[in-house]
Amino acid sequence: MMATILVGMSGGVDSSVAAALLVEAGHEVIGVSLQLYDHSAGGRLARCCSPEDFIDARRVAAALGIRYYVINKEEAFSRHVLDDFVAEYRRGRTPNPCVRCNSSVKFETLVRLARGLSATAVATGHYARVFTDPATGRRSLLRACDRAKDQSYFLFNLTDEQVRLAMFPLGELSKQDVRLAARRLGLETADKVESQDVCFVEGGDYREFLRRRLEESGEREAAGPIVDSRGKTLGLHQGLSRYTIGQRHGLGIAASRRLYVIARNPSGNELVVGGPEELCCSEVALDETSYFGDAPCSPFEATVQVRHRDPGTRALVTPGRAGQAALRFIEPARGVAPGQAAVFYSGDRLLGGGWIARGTQAILPRVARRAPARAAVAK
Amino acid sequence: MRRVYLDHNATSPLGPEARSAMRRLLDEEAGVPLGNPSSPHASGHRARLVVEEARRAVSRLIGAAPSEVVFVSGGTEADNLAIQGIVEPGEPAHLVTSSVEHPAVLEACRKLRERGWELTVVGVDRDGRVHPDDVMKTLRRETRMVSIMTANNETGVIQPIREIAAGVRERGILFHTDAVQSVGKREIDVGALGVDYLAISSHKMGGPVGIGALYVREGAPLRPLLQGGGQERRRRPGTEAALLAAGFGAAADAVRLPGDEDRMRGLRDLLEAEVRRHLAVSAVDIGLVINGEAAPRVAGTSSMTFAGIDNEALVIKMDLAGYAISTGSACSTGSTRPSHVLSAMGLSSTAIASTVRISLGPSTTEEEIRRAAEALTDAVAELASIGRAPLASGAGSR
Repeated sequence: MMATILVGMSGGVDSSVAAALLVEAGHEVIGVSLQLYDHSAGGRLARCCSPEDFIDARRVAAALGIRYYVINKEEAFSRHVLDDFVAEYRRGRTPNPCVRCNSSVKFETLVRLARGLSATAVATGHYARVFTDPATGRRSLLRACDRAKDQSYFLFNLTDEQVRLAMFPLGELSKQDVRLAARRLGLETADKVESQDVCFVEGGDYREFLRRRLEESGEREAAGPIVDSRGKTLGLHQGLSRYTIGQRHGLGIAASRRLYVIARNPSGNELVVGGPEELCCSEVALDETSYFGDAPCSPFEATVQVRHRDPGTRALVTPGRAGQAALRFIEPARGVAPGQAAVFYSGDRLLGGGWIARGTQAILPRVARRAPARAAVAK
Repeated sequence: MRRVYLDHNATSPLGPEARSAMRRLLDEEAGVPLGNPSSPHASGHRARLVVEEARRAVSRLIGAAPSEVVFVSGGTEADNLAIQGIVEPGEPAHLVTSSVEHPAVLEACRKLRERGWELTVVGVDRDGRVHPDDVMKTLRRETRMVSIMTANNETGVIQPIREIAAGVRERGILFHTDAVQSVGKREIDVGALGVDYLAISSHKMGGPVGIGALYVREGAPLRPLLQGGGQERRRRPGTEAALLAAGFGAAADAVRLPGDEDRMRGLRDLLEAEVRRHLAVSAVDIGLVINGEAAPRVAGTSSMTFAGIDNEALVIKMDLAGYAISTGSACSTGSTRPSHVLSAMGLSSTAIASTVRISLGPSTTEEEIRRAAEALTDAVAELASIGRAPLASGAGSR
């Protein structure tokens, strides 16, 4: 069999164009869609990868003259992404399902299939680039040329093997270029609206998803106190997961100064709020860090993004034992949410990243030491 | 290289007899276009004759009277009509089915449960067989119907219908069987089986998709699912599909038993023997289990579990090599659904994810089987030698 490239196709314009560009360049391409959830289970569960999207992908594949398959990954997605999503909220953290999905489900599946089919590469429609170190031949990731569309953040923990096989045909293109290419190629999906939110949540309402999933195991989130960093009760929250770190509105508190959500404390079912100065964080503890290339042993400086839409903050990264690391921000970072990914960049090069275990803010140890009042999630 | 089609249980290629019967109908006959079978004019007469000829052919095939054959849109509708067709307004009752039924039966039974009926699902043994005693134990005064399939679509395992039906009907309880995977593949006689309802699908036996039949024993109750113009003796309204019926009837007439059955059994057994032989001399050590092997099976079906192999990857590899096989349990998106049949037989979820189904038909040749056996074991060996690395967590696994 000729050198074959597997392309992950979602039915959206990005992956359609990625596939088309590879075909245009003369490669042997096979399109693969991953079925991540059961859409027949009542209503339109998600905004992406529905049976209708698969039909779109299938038709694009047919127009390109390539083979197309749908693989069922519902169980793996439920285990690695959905369960993790719920578990993180239970811990009072903010999950990042897209990062988990990319490495544990999408790339894991495509790479394994590529090996099985003796395919030489796995391509997706992600906006990112692969960099090969000319000296060592080691591969790592770069931001996409279109900085506004850059999705490298979500790919930070791809394994070495996954990166070895990865190709990102859209990495040098702008979103505008991609739409133009789609029209030039006559792709049906050229004007299809892209899903912006987490894929398994309809209309971006993750709270409803979470409520339903918790309900399935007989759990419910309980209301609890909103407290300041000294423990004084200021109001009532309606369930910790409804609030995001850094959120200012919707707290239902009359206060003389601006208050932001600075932490969710599940052991006391407390929502901790504070002023803008308390939102800032100078130190962050990370775990499960991974690097492209050899893990550094000594501290290094990097630009760190703690969210996808984060311009980045300069920090000193000190690697620790067992995949841990300490970040010390040179300028304080705002809205650091435990559970999110902290991704290290040097210019456009993605060095690696880790998961935020906790932000070291002066207030948190005080709050954590108080006795738990009531569980955050009750049966 | 010609493609080899080994997924007859999903659908069978249109047989030559069905094809020519339908082709003939597409042409006008002496200036008389094919009309609506219910119309009084020459066109209607022509169409009506076609439908009734087809009905006779199907009834002959199963040993029924033509008046006992109701044309429907396929096996799924036949099952639904039988199961939902016994519901009378008033007190809900009890029905019994097995854990390995096709979703058309299971979902129709579950629908009755929503209406207040009680449902008992009888399990199967490790060979996929229902034990008659297990069914008898579940029967109660309120039991109105028992539904057990004649042969399973994933494994080919044949159920002891005659015994079960006898015991059930002795108690005055109705018996339905989904015979979709049996009719045309083995001798089926409704009198000998002793059933009240029997479902048939045209496209599983060389006829066109879009038509099937429900055998309804004379005197057995049946309330129609659909409301309309009163066709099929008020049991299934809608203009009868003369074109499809012609194909279905021709396919029924073309069934050659036991000849086809013996030949298909021989080829299936050859496939299994060849696969075993190739595996034995393969450099890679792969365990093979043939599910339901110890039970009587319909000729032509083989459910194979290759230990540690990803069945979706295997099906794709075979497709790329020119062979159409199946994982046995499909989702309408084209991916796989975990098999409830294999689960009922006690297979682990890993084993289920390593199982493929190969189903041949009357058109399959020995050469195709030999080539397929080799291609299958080559593909399995390649997948096995690549190794089964544990699912990476992403972080820290570099």
